[in-house]
Amino acid sequence: MALKFPIFMDSQSTTAVDPRVLEAMIPYFTEKFGHAASRNHPFGWEAEAAVDKARAQVAKQIGARDPKEVVFTSGGTESINLALKGVAEMYREKGTHIVATTIEQRATMDVCKRLERQGFEITYVSVGHDGLVDPEAIRKALTPKTILISVMFANNEIGTIQPIGEIGKLAKEHGVLFHTDATQALGKTVIDVEAMGIDLLSATAHLIYGPKGIGALYVRRKNPRVRIAAMMDGGGHERGMRSGTVPVPLVVGFGRAAELSGEVMAEESKRLAALRDRLQDLILSKVDEAYLNGHPDRRLAHNLNVSFAYVEGESVLMGLNKDVALSSGSACTSATLEPSYVISALGVDAELAHSSIRFGLHRFTTEEEVDFVGKRTVEVVQRLREMSPLYEMAKEGVDLKALHWKAE
Amino acid sequence: MAYSDKVIDHYNNPRNVGSFLKDTAGVGTGLVGAPECGDVMKLQIKVNLETGVIEDAKFKTFGCGSAIASSSLATEWLKGRTVDDAAKIKNTDIVNELKLPPVKIHCSVLAEDAIKAALQDYREKWAKAEASADMGAS
Repeated sequence: MALKFPIFMDSQSTTAVDPRVLEAMIPYFTEKFGHAASRNHPFGWEAEAAVDKARAQVAKQIGARDPKEVVFTSGGTESINLALKGVAEMYREKGTHIVATTIEQRATMDVCKRLERQGFEITYVSVGHDGLVDPEAIRKALTPKTILISVMFANNEIGTIQPIGEIGKLAKEHGVLFHTDATQALGKTVIDVEAMGIDLLSATAHLIYGPKGIGALYVRRKNPRVRIAAMMDGGGHERGMRSGTVPVPLVVGFGRAAELSGEVMAEESKRLAALRDRLQDLILSKVDEAYLNGHPDRRLAHNLNVSFAYVEGESVLMGLNKDVALSSGSACTSATLEPSYVISALGVDAELAHSSIRFGLHRFTTEEEVDFVGKRTVEVVQRLREMSPLYEMAKEGVDLKALHWKAE
Repeated sequence: MAYSDKVIDHYNNPRNVGSFLKDTAGVGTGLVGAPECGDVMKLQIKVNLETGVIEDAKFKTFGCGSAIASSSLATEWLKGRTVDDAAKIKNTDIVNELKLPPVKIHCSVLAEDAIKAALQDYREKWAKAEASADMGAS
């Protein structure tokens, strides 16, 4: 099959809407346009039924006991904001301490920073070299004032899957609420809020081949009944937790996307893991001093994150971006000069943190694409190394760490 | 981020990549930046000790595309200039030529630093030889 360019391999940032998802959505833009809260006519009933169905589809995918526990939001960021701020406000009398990790995504980090300014204390628990957090380290971070533990289910850069069940268990033992940011994990790995002791869970549709602009927050109703303060005041939609007209077509798309991901997960993750391993082997077997970031096994099947010593990440992307859409943890891809805090948090040298490249395979990735991307990546890295003073010095036997660099 | 055509051209066809032996007569080497900051430039000039003219220049850069382009452009501009003239290259010239966005200005600053470092290294090593060559000529 002929390759089509550019090749998309950045599925941790977003995914294409699956045609089956789009098909389910379309009628709700036109003939079925009712407001789900219109209780007095068939248009509203039809919309409400569609939303209820989608709610059940999402609930099933995360193992929720009751679909009512699913609150629709505008996406992962809003869900995380609602979970953390909502709990902080509601339980402030009980305590003002929250435990998170050093590799949470930006939304969590930024909400935590804001809460710190409002008088909350946040403990950021470190992760190991493989990106895994030790549940015992979380337990040790708890204080009598702790009201919430927030740990991401799977990381957006390295794909490492955390021991969520163990954390949920210890949260229960200590009577602390447990939120997990499952934006990257939903539909990719099995989630069971009951078995894993999850009290709040953030999810988004656009990473599981659903539309952008719709997400969900799971809020446990029993054992314990979790209460959160709403951020959006208004018509009291979504059981008062998120006012605002429910975007029915997006919700329908989210539901269908969740349902599909459940149907294909076993087969899809097996296929993607095989392709991912093929890509990893292609690259690591041809490039010396290329290092896998994150846990080799406990990671999302579609995720590969590699650091290439002696070359800088953005320059690698620049050599590839005509043909392949990828992402880098390099500082130069953002406005800051700091490299990825996630890769840095693994204890990786700063130089290697500057050279991390993230590959994200997805439902529509083919073997031909993987082979092409692997080959091109090797070529680009080799070309840049020929241009790299660090590579030259390392080959001459210079100890780069022993040098005194005149940093600006 | 969209790159200017000139940055892309220098990235795809870098001029004067390579190295001179550091101890070769007339060679000055500048090594600036730091790996942990994501940018390291090695810039070398080869000066004709009799004329004081930079006859050749080479670079190797660890850094983003704009850093590679800045150092590549610097080597192009250095060739054929006298040592004194070379010191007049400013980072703003590089910014203008490559149309670097604000977040990439540090790349041009680093390139100017690399030029200065190479010129200084040249002077420390070879200024006496240049002076004696001058005397020999007169």
